[in-house]
Amino acid sequence: MARRTRFVDSDILVIGGGFGGCGAAYESRYWGRDLNIVLVEKANVERSGAVAQGLSAINCYMGMQWSENQPEDFVRYTRGDLMGLVREDLVYDIARHVDSTVHKFEEWGLPILKNPQTGRYLREGKWQIMIHGESYKPIVAEAARKSATTVYNRIMVTHLLMDTVQPNRVAGAVGFNVRNGDFYVFRAKAVIVGAGGGSHIYRPRSVGEGMGRTWYAPWSTASAYGLLIPTGATMTQMENRIVLARFKDGYGPVGAWFLLLKSHATNAAGEFYEKDRYPEIKGRVGHYVDIQPMPTCLRNHAMIEEIKAGKGPIYMHTQHVLDTPEKEELGWEDFLDMTIGQAVVWAAQNIDPKEKPSELITSEPYVMGSHATCSGAWASGPEDCAPSDYQWGYNRMTTVQGLFGAGDTIGGSAHKFSAGSFTEGRIAAKAAVRYVQDMKSNTPRIDEGYIEELKQTVYKPMENYRIGRNEIVAGTVAPAYITPLHGLQRLEKIMDEYVGGYSMFYVTSENLLNRGLELLQTLTEDFENVGADSLHQLQRAWELKHRIVTAEAVARHTLFRKETRWPGYYYRADCPKLDDADWHVFTGSKYDARTGEWEMSKLPVHHIVA
Amino acid sequence: MPTYTDMTRCDGCGECVDICPSDIMHIDPVYRRSYNIEPNFCWECYSCVKACPQNAIDVRGYADFAPLGHKVRVLREPEKGVISWKIRYRDGRIKEFAFPIRTTPWGSIKAAGEYEKPDAAAFGTQMLAHEPTALHIDALPTLEQKTIPAKQAKA
Repeated sequence: MARRTRFVDSDILVIGGGFGGCGAAYESRYWGRDLNIVLVEKANVERSGAVAQGLSAINCYMGMQWSENQPEDFVRYTRGDLMGLVREDLVYDIARHVDSTVHKFEEWGLPILKNPQTGRYLREGKWQIMIHGESYKPIVAEAARKSATTVYNRIMVTHLLMDTVQPNRVAGAVGFNVRNGDFYVFRAKAVIVGAGGGSHIYRPRSVGEGMGRTWYAPWSTASAYGLLIPTGATMTQMENRIVLARFKDGYGPVGAWFLLLKSHATNAAGEFYEKDRYPEIKGRVGHYVDIQPMPTCLRNHAMIEEIKAGKGPIYMHTQHVLDTPEKEELGWEDFLDMTIGQAVVWAAQNIDPKEKPSELITSEPYVMGSHATCSGAWASGPEDCAPSDYQWGYNRMTTVQGLFGAGDTIGGSAHKFSAGSFTEGRIAAKAAVRYVQDMKSNTPRIDEGYIEELKQTVYKPMENYRIGRNEIVAGTVAPAYITPLHGLQRLEKIMDEYVGGYSMFYVTSENLLNRGLELLQTLTEDFENVGADSLHQLQRAWELKHRIVTAEAVARHTLFRKETRWPGYYYRADCPKLDDADWHVFTGSKYDARTGEWEMSKLPVHHIVA
Repeated sequence: MPTYTDMTRCDGCGECVDICPSDIMHIDPVYRRSYNIEPNFCWECYSCVKACPQNAIDVRGYADFAPLGHKVRVLREPEKGVISWKIRYRDGRIKEFAFPIRTTPWGSIKAAGEYEKPDAAAFGTQMLAHEPTALHIDALPTLEQKTIPAKQAKA
């Protein structure tokens, strides 16, 4: 079928209109008044990304104006939570800027709760402040929309474009409009990827109709990594995939309940299991168990061991803390602002949190760079404080020239959440403006043959379907193609069974990983035969591709890191303990799209904050 | 929890199609009403529910763990800056809540380009837009530059 090709030229192309992308669009305009800034989004920027539905707290705010925390404190916190391994330069950089982001959000109209005694923002915890955040995304989107030259909604970006003269330089991106099927070629001097991390890499606990009830948005389809890896960008910490402790089935957040409302969790017998498991955890991870607060993964570990021992269900005792109407409102708003499904579960199961406790459980794993985890691209750090080997040019530029990242895209810096991701978008954008100005008239080149080849590739799933469907009467069982959903379910099963999903209690090993990689290889081959019966399914096909690429990176990094660095996120059964002597390093990988080879490496960890 | 559309209320305007982050609200070609084409990729984010001018879209808990008989309804009134929730339990109990959503008029945010153009000196610093003023402290914190040897990790 003939598809129209539309060319869009820009100075800065921002891919993804979530918090990272919105921050990038805003800041690009601030410094680059005359630049052509294009923002491209798979859905509608008004409600897209991980905060589409809203959020009940901002989880990264220093409060420097009240001397509540300093950026150095935040570096120590994230370093502890990630068991010693964060890019301290990147974490510091976000921490020192994030307060200005939050103050702009408030100025724009985001209602932030105040402590009536002090007049300061109401703290949920040391790093979190409470908001009335139902409209958080539309507010931030308004600022971004007005700042970009053009916003393209409903364009699924499938590939990044590389310069035909300089192979390690980005030249733009291609994708298609999911409404009318037009092929889009975005040519740009600099590209900032603010795409989403990965849900549905692993089999979710929910089944059937419920499989979309995951913790992280099902539309966060690992494009942050699926776009970057084929360019040969160096990736890091892909094995650091995260498992979340959440209210069972609804995936309601636990932070406000633990920190603000001071609720507590016990096993079914009412025992505080975390402290009972201290000696065992100490044996695995040594001094890291004594970090306050206890690292997120270790708290998971205690819960997982408890459930394995048959001491579940684990209960959050909500009934002890909702003693005033104000607290009840806070508890409900925590869900209604961001995880409405949890309120639905309570209503459906007749659970009034004032009367009954609720079950907690650990989720399936996710691949992200913005939560309590730091998968993503290896990026150049800030000029004034990054060690020399963390710095090869512009802040937040990946190892590919002109390719920048923000939010889930950038690895090594955890605990960004919404405000930190927006801030990182701002940091990347200022550097990208400088890059564009330095490049002047040196515009990337792309030849027509390359574009045509990519166009054929992008629509191939529809061609597969058009040909393959003639073999059968109807239905999804065809000998020549699989549907995107078939491919996704196969991916989830492989990752679950071989790369440490929930059904394996997050356990894997060298043998399991090697077998998993064999199966991933055949899935990669079968992706060439995915059949899409509509533009919507074509979008699902490319989302699947991004997830498969990401999944392979996760498996390879997990195989390379011969230790269990984060028990509670995953376990290498053949290397059960944390091994600082050999593995106080970042893992790195570089994929060669021509040969299909992965080159693994260890990247140094520098402690720049005492 | 997947959404469904009440076909006596929907007029096929397509607001839900436009807003759905998961691209699963579509217009049925026969009935000319919206419907959820892929319930197993719905995240009950309620974006379509909030956007529907006819209040025609509702949510029913996922079949794999949610018993029938519940409702979580929402009314978002952007011009008033308020969102209201009504939760009906399976056993008939009702809970109602209302929360503010925005303190400024919609459309009132200034674009980044409407601020005074920053000078070249600011461009050469680590400062971002509106800093240091927007930090509410005097200056952007910096780490004292330390010479860190480019020690290679063990390969």
